[in-house]
Amino acid sequence: MARVTIDDITIEVPDGTTILNAARMIGGDVVPPAMCYYSSLKTSGGYCRTCIVKVEQGSEKDPRPMPKPVASCRTTVMDGMVVRNITSPEVLEARAGVVEFLLANHPLDCPVCDQAGECHLQDLGYQHGKAETRYEFPRREFEKIDIGDKIQLHMTRCILCYRCVKVADQLTPSRVHGVLNRGDVGEISTYIQHAIDNEMSGNIIDVCPVGALTDKTFRFKSRVWFTKPVDAHRDCPTCSGKVRLWYKGDEVLRVTGRKDEFGEVIKNEDGSTAWVCNSCRFDHKKTSDWVIEGPSKVQRDSVIGANHYLHEVKFETQLAQKFLEAGQRAELGEGFLNPNNV
Amino acid sequence: MGKKLLLEKVNIPGIETYEVYRREGGYKSVEKALKEMTPEAMVEEVKKSGLRGRGGAGFPTGMKWSFLAKPEGVPRHLVCNADESEPGTFKDRYLMEKLPHLLIEGMIVSSIALGANTSYIYIRGEYAYVYKIMEKAIREAYAAGWLGKNIQGLGYDLDVHMQIGAGAYICGEETALLESLEGKRGNPRIKPPFPAVAGLWGRPTVVNNVETIMAVVPIINLGGDAYAAIGVGKSTGTKLISASGHLNKPGVYEIELGLPVEEFIYSDEYCGGIRNGRKLKAVVAGGSSVPILPAHLITHTTNGEKRLMSYESLADGGFESGTMLGSGGFIAMDEDTSIVKNLYTFTRFYHHESCGQCSPCREGTGWMEKILNKILQGKGTLEDVDLLWDLQKNIEGKTICPLGDAAAWPVASAIRHFRADFEEYVRNPGQIRDVKHYYRLHNLAEA
Ligand SMILES: Cc1cc2nc3c(=O)[nH]c(=O)nc-3n(C[C@H](O)[C@H](O)[C@H](O)COP(=O)(O)O)c2cc1C
Ligand code: SF4
Ligand code: FES
Repeated sequence: MARVTIDDITIEVPDGTTILNAARMIGGDVVPPAMCYYSSLKTSGGYCRTCIVKVEQGSEKDPRPMPKPVASCRTTVMDGMVVRNITSPEVLEARAGVVEFLLANHPLDCPVCDQAGECHLQDLGYQHGKAETRYEFPRREFEKIDIGDKIQLHMTRCILCYRCVKVADQLTPSRVHGVLNRGDVGEISTYIQHAIDNEMSGNIIDVCPVGALTDKTFRFKSRVWFTKPVDAHRDCPTCSGKVRLWYKGDEVLRVTGRKDEFGEVIKNEDGSTAWVCNSCRFDHKKTSDWVIEGPSKVQRDSVIGANHYLHEVKFETQLAQKFLEAGQRAELGEGFLNPNNV
Repeated sequence: MGKKLLLEKVNIPGIETYEVYRREGGYKSVEKALKEMTPEAMVEEVKKSGLRGRGGAGFPTGMKWSFLAKPEGVPRHLVCNADESEPGTFKDRYLMEKLPHLLIEGMIVSSIALGANTSYIYIRGEYAYVYKIMEKAIREAYAAGWLGKNIQGLGYDLDVHMQIGAGAYICGEETALLESLEGKRGNPRIKPPFPAVAGLWGRPTVVNNVETIMAVVPIINLGGDAYAAIGVGKSTGTKLISASGHLNKPGVYEIELGLPVEEFIYSDEYCGGIRNGRKLKAVVAGGSSVPILPAHLITHTTNGEKRLMSYESLADGGFESGTMLGSGGFIAMDEDTSIVKNLYTFTRFYHHESCGQCSPCREGTGWMEKILNKILQGKGTLEDVDLLWDLQKNIEGKTICPLGDAAAWPVASAIRHFRADFEEYVRNPGQIRDVKHYYRLHNLAEA
């Protein structure tokens, strides 16, 4: 076990835990945002740099601070480590810089994007970014690509988090897509518009933090915040059959995995991930196909969680500051940032 | 004359062939290593020598070697980084072209010291003709029994394979190099684990620069102490400098570390001063990635001491007034040089070469290039200069590999030391700043 202190809150975690996961165990607003890390995908993380934190003390044995901010998703804790996230103005500043970079070439086409409302980049922009852009040049554009008949790739919106590549590597029998080209003209693609076609491929939609990979069967059907999420399950020979149905009236408009407060597909009791197979996702859209469990609790602090954003920018920080002053920071458990609780 | 350790015999006709190289005492270090030394003793000599990596970072080689994990039954590897792509650096090319057998000799002794039986040379794609030279030398070495099974009957097996890159700068970064060597996309890995623990195919690996590996030969021959006697302080031995730009005698020079920078630029033994009797304006001392310094700061530190060609002296003053020795790519610019244009060229390079994994480097390098282009076109504003400053700050230290830093530092230092040059462009839009240079370059009468 290792004791780590994040933003003045101390927690004991198993050896080998990353700073990000230690912060997730604490919960609440000390959790750094993660755009590329995905706990169910091996070797994910390290790319987007939104999760950066400052390590003020390396460990009990070697108390030297780390010279540069580190990616919390790929840095393991050491006993006696002291980390600063939202209590470091430096970190917040650096993170705002990263958000600015992520948005520099983003089309900001949220009004016509199916992901809007449950988009992690939107949330990130609201919570950690700045209100105005300083980028004045033409933005990068790509042609839309259909990868198979169910999934559309809208590369212009992609932030190159590599999650879908890892899904394809780790969940499907053979990977037919990857990153082509280099630098800011790099793109996720199949080689010569190969179709991504295997029974687990739909999960690349669920892991995509932005609107780059979307469900064609849901295309332009509704804004997500007008649909009602309901948890349901069925006996499925391929996957665990645990899904979320998105209703408009009596109609199921789409089927997705169930996501936790960090926007990741939940885990089954045995620790495996409740990935959804394509048959459940695309071919079972009748209520009669499912055993309904009840309305979903959307845990993520986002448009669909609250219907709107309560605070414009960085309310987290201000709140944290307020509570910090009042000395009650540590008691505020998980989810205190949910605008409904404030 | 400064002492030469690597280039001592470079002018002997035919030294690139096995016969001449051997006749001139080549491969002696291998015999010494296998007959008289243990691998531990060899590592000890390298530690004593104070040799530091010549690929850019200057990390002590002996220490790097002693970090190499040695799990039972797992092969270890030595990988030679011959990807040399840093703008302003061309010493490895010269070394391999002229002294291919010195690299092979260095590979053999280093492999013995590390206990590697399969070693690799990863060579830059554009160096296809050097690849052929090296290939021939490797064939000669196999034929003469210096590579392969049971070297010279002394009981050591070593194979050396060469792999040619495809022209990506990023594949010079050691972990991207390893990925590429494994046949994958050349993206830098996230460290830890470091190559010393999990490198090529997950096995313990040492990656060293061409010059570093060559320097092991004189260290084994002369002993670590004799090597450490050359140089100054923690900058021991000799270093190859690729001198380019507005110098009377650009070229590759082997210097003893500790040589005053002024002497290097102006003495006839080295660069022979600035071309056409011009004044020196600025120097990039260690390859395009290191901070640019104005003339007065490259020759003297802020407390008036003579600046020396050494790791410590060049870094004196930190980034406020110092720079780095880096890979030894020494680019001199005369008084008519446009710092902004030069910076644009560098920035365009880093934008082009970013692998694109991390968002600050992927998006930031292109953004900076666009702003610099705008300023060069006379459309810039003073806010653009401030924005550039912000952007480089937001990239530096926030990326997986040091390419992000390498892209940020030139921008930071150019603004820090030459802000006036940027303001000139902003205030006098449309004016080509280096018009005189243009005329001279094309032998035109000045208007
Ligand atoms: C973007 C980038 C490019 C690099 N290119 C080279 C190169 O071309 N040659 C080289 O020897 N080292 C290069 N390096 C440094 C290597 O990562 C590594 O530090 C070096 O090969 C270690 O060898 P040394 O200890 O002998 O210097 C580069 C580093 C970075 C970040
Ligand atoms: S810093 Fe740039 S080159 Fe290095 S890993 Fe990140 S994106 Fe790639
Ligand atoms: S979540 Fe850690 S770098 Fe992207």
